[in-house]
Amino acid sequence: MEENNRKAWLYLVPAILFLGVFLVYPLVDVFVYSFEEGYNFASQSRFGVGLYNYGKVLHDVYFLQAVRNTFILVIITVPVSTGLALLISLGLASIPKLKDLFQTIYFLPYVTNTLAVGLVFMVLFRKTDYTDGMVNLLIRWFGGPTVDFIDGPYWAKMFVLCFYTVWVVLPFKILILTSALASVKQDYYNAAKVDGTRKWRIFTRITLPMISPMIFYLVITGFIGAFKAYSDAVALFGTNLNAAGMNTIVGYVYDMLYGNAGGYPSYASAAAIILFVIVLTITCINLMISKKNVHY
Amino acid sequence: MGESLDFDRIERNARIRNTVLKTVTYALLILWGLMVLFPFYWMVLTSVKSYGAYSSENIPQFFTLSPTFENYVKAFTGVPLARYFLNTVIFTVLTTALMLVVIIPAAFAFSRLSFRGRDLLFTLFLSLMMIPNELVVITNFVTITNAGLRNTFAGLILPSVTSVFYIYLLKENFAQIPDELYYAAKVDATTDFRYLTRVMIPISRPTIITITILKVIECWNSYVWPRLITDEQTRYLVSNGIQELRESGFGKDDIPSMMAAVVVISVPLIILFLIFHKKIMEGVSRGGTKG
Repeated sequence: MEENNRKAWLYLVPAILFLGVFLVYPLVDVFVYSFEEGYNFASQSRFGVGLYNYGKVLHDVYFLQAVRNTFILVIITVPVSTGLALLISLGLASIPKLKDLFQTIYFLPYVTNTLAVGLVFMVLFRKTDYTDGMVNLLIRWFGGPTVDFIDGPYWAKMFVLCFYTVWVVLPFKILILTSALASVKQDYYNAAKVDGTRKWRIFTRITLPMISPMIFYLVITGFIGAFKAYSDAVALFGTNLNAAGMNTIVGYVYDMLYGNAGGYPSYASAAAIILFVIVLTITCINLMISKKNVHY
Repeated sequence: MGESLDFDRIERNARIRNTVLKTVTYALLILWGLMVLFPFYWMVLTSVKSYGAYSSENIPQFFTLSPTFENYVKAFTGVPLARYFLNTVIFTVLTTALMLVVIIPAAFAFSRLSFRGRDLLFTLFLSLMMIPNELVVITNFVTITNAGLRNTFAGLILPSVTSVFYIYLLKENFAQIPDELYYAAKVDATTDFRYLTRVMIPISRPTIITITILKVIECWNSYVWPRLITDEQTRYLVSNGIQELRESGFGKDDIPSMMAAVVVISVPLIILFLIFHKKIMEGVSRGGTKG
């Protein structure tokens, strides 16, 4: 046993070392940083210990802007992407022959570089001096007024960001819901058919309850993921998100850490912890709601 | 007589309703398919338009009759794209290899060896899964900077190595291998290490391949950490390269060259996906997440 003990720990040493240095220690340290008032990385100086960093961050207009953007993004993209994924998965389930082909195509965004494809979206949506761009061409066909989605009004920029986010997160959701739908036992549907149940009733009384755990899983991970939005925004609007007015909370954390306004790990830590508290609260609320409504 | 007519009508109505439903379904599915594929089409199309032709298009053209590869030449000569590419390959290969070296023994210890505190330690490991990256990135940035590892591969790779989730996934897989095999090997005086490399790893190959592919995708697309830790162009990975390109390379308006670079960066993963799409989708549905 003693020898076995030593051997087991030997196998675990690399993992423990890596996790300790890059995951556990940083987790403790981030709280320390967040209470070190006005810590400056360049001069290695601070002027006290306390809650100053949190107050400073919470009164920063850029942070408030980032919080607003992130909440709008979350509130729009989570329901839209989950609903759309459900609709598409139901469609896929009704065409067994071509299901695999469509599913493979739909999965493509998952394996592509967010930054690279974001650049394509930028080109599609933007309006420059010499051309209105692809999307504005479509809008004009339908008789609408053209808009610069990348450098124009706030709602237009928010629309592109939401659209791109949905485009990026949908593959994962479609995949999960499709396999959830496939795992519902055919017996239930057969029984319903014998009773002559209507399609809508089958959907609300059999399909939806059976896949509700997966829907809630997607909603919860969707909330968490959307709150951490950052690289999608960078891809569309460039690294100076504050200037574009499109910064997110995570973007604010990284800007505080590094970049033009950077060098303040303590403000970054405070902002990161605020984000963590928000996400934790929302996740707990989600779990409470799901306990009440999910059928297992 | 009347009754049978009624029956016919009901059946015909049902058929029509079914056809309509099928058509609408197909239309919607195809529409979303186009939404997914169109950006890819547009990026390839734009990358083969000459700069002159592209800038004189007041109305975007949906195809081109005179494709050119000059943008691809420009993409490689105008910016150090080959360098970004090489960096990303080195980063991806080393990170993935190092990850396997770290997680396989750990998963083995958790699934096969019995030692004091195993369950407690495993629970601790699992609880680490809940730590969001955004929280730890700050200290890691300071650690790597203080260690003088900015703009080095070590600085890029080390914090990206471990993943608790993959240890968990592999441990579950190892645990399914019947104990009898282990005892048989013990009777033959096989060492634990030999048993791991000769029996467990070959049996779990599908899972290990899945984990490898998922990690490769993650590495290839990583942006935040490389951006924080590299500021010398010669150390950029493709994601940072593409961002740099957007902000200053080529002159802002040489969109065709930019798109050529985007195509070059996207192609490796798309090829990987086309070969392994079954494995990738299976692996992701077992617990991959994104964002």
